[in-house]
Amino acid sequence: MSWNRKDLITIEELSKDEIEKIFAVATAFKKTFGRSVKKIPALRGKTIVNLFLEPSTRTRMGFEVAAKRLSADVISLDMNSSSTTKGETLRDTAQNVQALKADMIIIRHSAPGSPLYLSKILDIPVVNAGDGAHEHPTQALLDCFTLLEKLGNLKGKKITILGDIIFSRVARSNIWAMTKLGAEVTLVGPSTLVPHWFTNFGVKVSHDLQASLEDADAVMLLRIQHERQTSSHFPSIGEYTNMFGLNKTRASWLKPNAIIMHPGPINRGVEIDSDLADSEQSVILDQVTNGIAVRMAVLYLCSGGSPEAVIKHSN
Amino acid sequence: MSDILWIQNGRIIDPLSNRDESGDLYAIDGRIVDSLSHKQQEEAHIIDAKQAVVCPGLVDIHVHFREPGQTHKETIESGSWSAAAGGFTSVVCMPNTTPPADNPGTIQLIQNAIKKAAIRVYPSGCITIGMKGEKLASTGSMKKAGVVCITDDGMCIQSNELMRRAVEYANMFDMPVMDHCQDESLTKGSVMNEGVVSTRLGLNGWPASAEDIIVSRNVILSTHTGAHIHLQHISSATSVDIIRRAKQRQIRITAEATPHHLHLTDESLATYDTNFKMNPPLRTEADRQAIIEGIKDGTLDCVATDHAPHTNYEKDQEFDYAPFGIVGLETSLPITLEVLHREAAMSLSDTISLLTDKAAAVLNLEGGNIKTGARADITIFDPDETRTVDPDKLLSKSKNSPWIGCEMKGRVKLTIVGGKIVYDGEKIVC
Repeated sequence: MSWNRKDLITIEELSKDEIEKIFAVATAFKKTFGRSVKKIPALRGKTIVNLFLEPSTRTRMGFEVAAKRLSADVISLDMNSSSTTKGETLRDTAQNVQALKADMIIIRHSAPGSPLYLSKILDIPVVNAGDGAHEHPTQALLDCFTLLEKLGNLKGKKITILGDIIFSRVARSNIWAMTKLGAEVTLVGPSTLVPHWFTNFGVKVSHDLQASLEDADAVMLLRIQHERQTSSHFPSIGEYTNMFGLNKTRASWLKPNAIIMHPGPINRGVEIDSDLADSEQSVILDQVTNGIAVRMAVLYLCSGGSPEAVIKHSN
Repeated sequence: MSDILWIQNGRIIDPLSNRDESGDLYAIDGRIVDSLSHKQQEEAHIIDAKQAVVCPGLVDIHVHFREPGQTHKETIESGSWSAAAGGFTSVVCMPNTTPPADNPGTIQLIQNAIKKAAIRVYPSGCITIGMKGEKLASTGSMKKAGVVCITDDGMCIQSNELMRRAVEYANMFDMPVMDHCQDESLTKGSVMNEGVVSTRLGLNGWPASAEDIIVSRNVILSTHTGAHIHLQHISSATSVDIIRRAKQRQIRITAEATPHHLHLTDESLATYDTNFKMNPPLRTEADRQAIIEGIKDGTLDCVATDHAPHTNYEKDQEFDYAPFGIVGLETSLPITLEVLHREAAMSLSDTISLLTDKAAAVLNLEGGNIKTGARADITIFDPDETRTVDPDKLLSKSKNSPWIGCEMKGRVKLTIVGGKIVYDGEKIVC
């Protein structure tokens, strides 16, 4: 049960086995959460650089917390303080980070493919924290980890992803992760935000909200990504909420034990009714907490850590 | 050195005169002649073609030589070396220089630089001032300065009214207008073909309809005005179909295809390699097949490279930020042979025709044939010799080729311009 990757760039390239390996390690790490001293010395002496060239709250904090729990030293650079604003190329910024003897780079970038580009340049591990509309692997991992906690198994489970799919890296990574784990995924939203191309990836595309909610075991809501839209993809936020927002009536179509997920940031009253976000069915904050465990596992494994050592130790 | 040239033991292919035979080719003082007298034979410079193909010097009506203003990417001189190494003896350089070639003064500057070129370089001029699509540039004055066509290549005139006036006006001078067909309202932020691959990669999609709409617009304007419009680098199956129907109605439309659209598809972008980022973007296999069909049935008139040099550091960026375009002059012949001759089973002569007489015919350029009396612009190549594309050996200043490291069949042995050898198979010799 070894791990052979130095980088985590996409979910698409992972096998089901590798995903489950990450989850086994994450489960072991999660057991430490209840301790009063939460730090473990797994990455002591290692320096991890968080290179965030696009705004982020949850993901950046999630990675920072995860790295610190593993006793790594973390340096976070955001788009305003990095040299990219002075015209430095990504290659030069990254090579400087490596020359400063960092042991790993976590990158968030608006340009798809940037983490892959970096991984070809650098010898140190590169972890993708979201690249444009391409992938957000650790988000999908923490989503599926949460789903497994709540549903037990994803085989044959029906999951509906609702919202702005075309601009969503979360949707893409989850499509790969969920289908690899055996779930049946349906994408729902306005036709302009859920193009038919997605049917090539082993998922269904629907514009019928009721049908897609009625038999779902879980529904994942995605925010409208204003910052990525190059033109008007739908008439208005009001129309979107009217046609596709998850309100109480529509939530009543869900099975009673179906869960509601959202990767955040949520826009209350837009894609999700405010009360529903805080309801019993909502697992939104569990997702955030699980993000720590999953990211600890990813940082640990990509640094060359042995899965067995952690799993055995936790038992 | 004698001005008499005697090429022996060649496979002489001249598509325009339907000539394809083993034999010799002769030239005196830069022109093709029927035969040589005994005395002339004694004085002739003899070249043994060793059974290689001897054909008209290749013609490319779409290259970017970046001079003036972007000479870190290419100069007219370095571009001409690249062309000579690729077997080209005549090229038309695009006017999107810095400043744009939109007036006779800038054209004269380019004409001065052309004196250093190893091959024949013809300038083109902009359709609109600064290629801004707002006001017509001085077409007539630029014609006097020597431009062979006008185009805002890279930019597409969005105003139908302005395009209508441009072609109507240029038609008075028999000046072909070449258009880069792109409806910009459909391609904001787009970096690759819209489809399954762009959806998977999360890259902003560029629908083929952006090209199809302008191709239709141009067919309609040509119908209305009677002016000749040449459609540059066609990439979409629907566009091929629109052009085919227009030609059936005798509309004065011509069109070109690039070697990369003939050879590659958007599947090549899987690793975000910026050497596959071009405008128009690589499209699907169905589009590629339609372009091959369009070439075979004459819907598309010729092959042109859209040779677009960019430095390594410009291409070495995030995919979204890298400039569009690839170099193509030194790979055009082998790729065209690969796709059209070997894959699509066109005859060698018909394939060469797309790179010679048919390319010249689009813009009424002299050249593209080796009939008696024609200029002695000659290319000798071995269609079967293989070579690996090595960036260090490309003569272009820029190395942004998608075929780096690929083995290619078809190697230029000699390039002759006006009876003088300019490239000897290894290096420039003029």
